[in-house]
Amino acid sequence: MNPGDGSNAVALLYLSYTGDRATKMATRFLSLIAFLLAVVFAPMIGTSAALAQDDFAAQVNALGPGSFSDREKAMNVLVATGDERVPPVLHALSDGDLDTRTADGKVLFASKVGSDFALKDPVDGTDLGTAPSADIEKVKSNNGLRGKIRTAIGKMTLLSPDGAARLSAAQNVLKNADPAMLELIDQALATEADPKIKSTMELARAVIVLKTEGTLEAKRAAVETVTSHGDRAAQNVLINNLAGAPDELKPLIQSGIDRLNSELAIWDVGQNLLYGISLSSVLLLAAIGLAITFGVMGVINMAHGEMVMLGAYTTYAVQLLLQAVAPGLMEYSLAFAVPAAFLFTALVGVAIERGIIRWLYGRPLETLLATWGLSLVLQQAVRTIFGPTNKPVTPPTWMSGTFDLWNLSFTWNRLWIIVFAIAVFAILQIILNRTPLGLQMRAVTQNRRMASAMGIRTPFVDAMTFALGSGIAGLAGVALSQIDNVSPNLGQGYIIDSFMVVVFGGVGNLWGTLVGALTLGVANKFLEPYAGAVLAKIVILVLIIVFIQRRPRGLFALKGRAIES
Amino acid sequence: MITQLLFRALDRKAIWLVAALVFIAIAVPVANLWIPEGNPLYLPNYAVPLFGKYLNYALLALALDLVWGYCGILSLGHAAFFSLGGYAMGMYLMRQIGARGVYANPVLPDFMVFLNYKDLPWFWNGFDLWWFAFIMVLFVPGLLAFGFGWFAFRSRVTGVYLSIITQAMTYALLLAFFRNDLGLGGNNGLTDFKDILGFNVQAPATRATLFALSALFLALGVIICSAIVNSKLGKVMVAVRDGESRTRFLGWRPENVKLFAFVVSAMLAGVAGALYVPQVGIINPGEFDPGNSIEAVIWVAVGGRGTIIGPIVGAVLVNAGKSVFTGAFPDFWLYCLGGLFIFVTLFMPKGIVGLFARVRARKGKEASSAAESGEDPTTLNNSTKSLGKPEPAE
Repeated sequence: MNPGDGSNAVALLYLSYTGDRATKMATRFLSLIAFLLAVVFAPMIGTSAALAQDDFAAQVNALGPGSFSDREKAMNVLVATGDERVPPVLHALSDGDLDTRTADGKVLFASKVGSDFALKDPVDGTDLGTAPSADIEKVKSNNGLRGKIRTAIGKMTLLSPDGAARLSAAQNVLKNADPAMLELIDQALATEADPKIKSTMELARAVIVLKTEGTLEAKRAAVETVTSHGDRAAQNVLINNLAGAPDELKPLIQSGIDRLNSELAIWDVGQNLLYGISLSSVLLLAAIGLAITFGVMGVINMAHGEMVMLGAYTTYAVQLLLQAVAPGLMEYSLAFAVPAAFLFTALVGVAIERGIIRWLYGRPLETLLATWGLSLVLQQAVRTIFGPTNKPVTPPTWMSGTFDLWNLSFTWNRLWIIVFAIAVFAILQIILNRTPLGLQMRAVTQNRRMASAMGIRTPFVDAMTFALGSGIAGLAGVALSQIDNVSPNLGQGYIIDSFMVVVFGGVGNLWGTLVGALTLGVANKFLEPYAGAVLAKIVILVLIIVFIQRRPRGLFALKGRAIES
Repeated sequence: MITQLLFRALDRKAIWLVAALVFIAIAVPVANLWIPEGNPLYLPNYAVPLFGKYLNYALLALALDLVWGYCGILSLGHAAFFSLGGYAMGMYLMRQIGARGVYANPVLPDFMVFLNYKDLPWFWNGFDLWWFAFIMVLFVPGLLAFGFGWFAFRSRVTGVYLSIITQAMTYALLLAFFRNDLGLGGNNGLTDFKDILGFNVQAPATRATLFALSALFLALGVIICSAIVNSKLGKVMVAVRDGESRTRFLGWRPENVKLFAFVVSAMLAGVAGALYVPQVGIINPGEFDPGNSIEAVIWVAVGGRGTIIGPIVGAVLVNAGKSVFTGAFPDFWLYCLGGLFIFVTLFMPKGIVGLFARVRARKGKEASSAAESGEDPTTLNNSTKSLGKPEPAE
């Protein structure tokens, strides 16, 4: 039978005696059952597992008493088990977070909570409550022991079957550059198959070689290895080793640093470009609907940002609905949110067009004011319904996290938004160039009266155009809900930027909007490292103001007599 | 010549308006300072700067009306001119604090000590002199308007494009003034004022004087604006509004006319901002918000654009409504403001003043006296049709 379970039962019995009289009988009865259960089930759970558990606990407890050399022996026993629970124990020992409970000599994790210590069992990770500092005693370690601990941990983790553990161990070695680890690293390198872990290990090995007394040849090879690594960390390694290196090696290291500098500059350009394209895709999504309504109808829709916001809230509402109805489909909520947001905002768009904008055609400035008023009403309505706080929209798993592409790091959701923006742009181009509705829209854009005379129902085309523009804004809202806070003010943050894109690109041509969004997004990200985010934005705004002076109708202006009005 | 100009400026309506403003400039301080508390005519202390604020907004609206109502330039950046005037006044008031700040530095304002400034930035020099600061109140907004307008009007940036780039201008300034290293207080702006011209800004007498000045400057604004619109130049402005190309072909230079109106308007807005700051006690970058500019546009639209009295009525009414509503039903104010925007543009294109004019015109018709038709050269007859694109066929 298992003595541990037995002692639990004894403890329960003991507790039952200290309990008050009213509950005494019940407690005693329960503890009797517990004792019986322990007796009956302990052998059935599996004696060997229980014994191993017990052994491990005893081995951990052996760290507590005795001198440093006893502790080292106990540690070696632990390391020899190869148990995955060992490294945390050793880390705790090294950091001074391992304590002995004076009452029973049990060794456990202790972390300070207020004036007391929170205790945790290193064997099975259970919470053991808190204890005052008088009840526990720290398991002491010294520098010699700490060095050995580090080696031991490295040994356990560098050769661990778990890839993530090996990677973090290799990074640890790289950080500490402990010469004692050289042998271990070589051993690990021989068997390592994962290229990423292998390259980190090679870098770590090179760093150790540079630090230790080795042959010049070995060091030269190490410098080459580090240089070929080609990232910021490698450059830092070289810079740190430049001063301490032998004179023969210095030119090589210096040239390595310079080479890395130029390489990194190129990567920086690539990274900025990637960020710029990401920002451009967001701008494009936000602005393209505006470009359609402005281009075709000459309507400045100040409530466009609120359409984006409504799209984001639709995404949130779809998520709430799915959570209640079909939680299994949560992962695919975006597949429902995209059409829902498009339809909902398109319907709101039709209502706005038929209710307000229709009466204001030919008076663009009045339209601007009325739609601004509408944007205030919509914002306040959303605030009344959903509250003023940010709403959480959980991204699906395939959209979360980051990935590395060579030396560039990027997040999945940004990448998907770029893909989404391209898809929306392509579909819009098809609608405008290949469908009857698109043909009519272009006709109305170019010459409204002539189109009307040819039998096109311009009011219908207006309503459809506005619905399309608003629907696209709703789609932008779905995308923005993944990267921005879903709040009633969501749209306001994008409206001025969207206007800048449209004005810069010129109306009547979606390519203008695309070029406008790309230019502004990329220019913004390239200015940011030099000027800071706010100043970059100011510079862009000023540049647009200046640009408009040169080309008052944007980059891709419509030409023809009908435009002069 | 000047008397002649003044004489022509002050048609009957303008005289009444100026007289009313002068009366308010006297009556409100009297009601606050000399009428004892408890008397029904007594005005409590908090009301004086509040009313003063309304009058400053009215001056801003009047300035905006000069360019929008009479010249057809819808500026969505007048909050920038207002705030720049306010900042110029704020800088003077900051320098007047002297060693009485929290850090007791005789030269540097508190926020500069806090941000580890060693010397005063160069553009703060001179703001300890009241006359210099007061010139800057006119000069800085005027200069910005001149530079901006010079390029924009010459390049023939018109209509919606102009509105959007004025909005971009005020947005850029908003972002710039939020920066701490601009040396103008960053996020917190300028506040904790003590004295103006040696008088305590908090004292009731000073506040009453500031109110009177607000009313008198508004009266001055009315005189200037009606002098402009009743002159030949004013007629050309209206012509530019109603048909810019046609005016150009008749031999006028629309860009110069627009530039003149824009600069005068910016200066008036600057004065409004300068009077606003000591009464409110703070100026911060939030005043540059593009939303504020658009709100000012709605005051003009509510009152009636293209009239002198319209923007004043609109600004005072909307802001009084805002004070009442935000106190009583804070959640409903945005509905009201938004609804007002939509209602006014759809159903009252000429604003409240236009409503009165229509009622009077109908009365005149009933009495079949053609003489009383209320023919005002500045109303927006048919102007809307000539703006923008032709109407879609319904």
